Amino acid sequence: MQCAEMRPNKDKQYVDVLAHHRLDGQTIPLRFKAEDEPAQWIVKVCDIRPAHSLKAGGQGIRYTCLLEDGSTLYLFHDRSLWFLVR
Amino acid sequence: MARVILHADANSFYASVECLYRPEAQGRPLSVCGDPEKRHGIVLASNQQAKRHGVKTGMAVWQAQQICPGLIAVPPDFALYKHFSRMLRDIYETCSDRVESFGLDECWVDLTNPGFTIEDGERKAQEIRLRVREELGITVSIGVSDNKIFAKLGSDLKKPDAVTVVHPDHFRETIWPLPVSELLYVGPKTTKKLMDYSILTIGDLANAPRHVLKYKLGKNGLVLQDYANGLDRSPVKPTTLEEAVGSVGNSITPPHDIRTPEDARCIYYLLAESVGARMRDSHLQGQCVSISVRTTGLASYSCQRRLPFATNVTSEIAGVACQLFESRFTHALPLRSVGLSCSALSMEGTPVQMDLFGHQARREKQHRLDCALDDIRRRYGNLSVVRGIVLAEPRLARVDPKDDHTIHPQPFFTG
Repeated sequence: MQCAEMRPNKDKQYVDVLAHHRLDGQTIPLRFKAEDEPAQWIVKVCDIRPAHSLKAGGQGIRYTCLLEDGSTLYLFHDRSLWFLVR
Repeated sequence: MARVILHADANSFYASVECLYRPEAQGRPLSVCGDPEKRHGIVLASNQQAKRHGVKTGMAVWQAQQICPGLIAVPPDFALYKHFSRMLRDIYETCSDRVESFGLDECWVDLTNPGFTIEDGERKAQEIRLRVREELGITVSIGVSDNKIFAKLGSDLKKPDAVTVVHPDHFRETIWPLPVSELLYVGPKTTKKLMDYSILTIGDLANAPRHVLKYKLGKNGLVLQDYANGLDRSPVKPTTLEEAVGSVGNSITPPHDIRTPEDARCIYYLLAESVGARMRDSHLQGQCVSISVRTTGLASYSCQRRLPFATNVTSEIAGVACQLFESRFTHALPLRSVGLSCSALSMEGTPVQMDLFGHQARREKQHRLDCALDDIRRRYGNLSVVRGIVLAEPRLARVDPKDDHTIHPQPFFTG
């Protein structure tokens, strides 16, 4: 039904995630893998909060993740799916 | 103790959620629309850009596209809207355990506590507003007052993303000059009746002679006048969105007109399957079965029958619905849509007077059969088992009213 041209969203990438489901119910992502890219380990989760992303489009629990190369990125858990913001 | 009540209304709710998930649509006109191929082709909600072009809720999609070239029309995703509705409620429930839903996008929150003033309520409302914007990426308008009616009115005064206080001491200056149609439950027909008596504003209604209102509108006229005077004392009922309140019902606009009584029978079985299953899910049973029809000329009729016993057995509900239809509405064919609902609800297992010569054993067997079918459908989908009668009309065999959206505002006006 879409009437206007919509471009594909390059800022949002769904990823596979290996996570630790803790005894208190919290989920902590440990590693993620985007399609056609090597898996990346998360050194530390710096912040966890519900948030939205205007850039990628979406909402969920936002994990601010520190990676092995020293960079940080936002990983979102939206219902049953995980996506990262490019 | 002075009450402090908030009414929070998510702005252009469906459209805001869709815009959030479609960054490419930001700044462009977007409407959430039903599917024209299924004859649901109307605008359900629009964002601010589409509204500025004159797109209105209820407009046909082709009309909307005509007045707003470049309109992005997207299909609704009710599961996503329910998810957002749940998250909104979670935020409100951090402030109070007295939260009453009014549809998917509106809630009343009762913050009344000893020493808690309207000013404190305003501060809390600002916190909620900012939290919703930060966490969910959508905006809410919040009204703050000492009653539900003025709180709702307040949330409509400033949009989007705003807090409006209707102070119980100063409402005459802010509320009374507004058109009377702004008041909750003053619809187009009541507005017209009131206009006949030169009652044009909420202030006019508040000061109208009570006997005139009673004569013109019955006891509801007096209730509306109390609303206009800020005298609504109805409590915020802590209800959940899923709670069945007065009735459980479904309606359907099939892909084609209903032309014969057999078509109607088939649809009523389809609806009874959904209504029965939803009642069994909630352990409810209903004693009153109502049906409604809408003709191709868009005229609506309804009727109901009270049963000697409460039931949630599909075949009993469908049987009563078909009898009602055949005795009352066969003349109204062809029909555009039909509805079925059960009211006078009670919990399953409520003690009842047994009928000595009745068919209790057969009814219990039917109930067990329905529960077994529910179990199969829970595991393999609602369309995994369908009645033979439904297969007679192949276009209906894939229609699934239970998983269609069943979102209705709770009845509020009980006066």
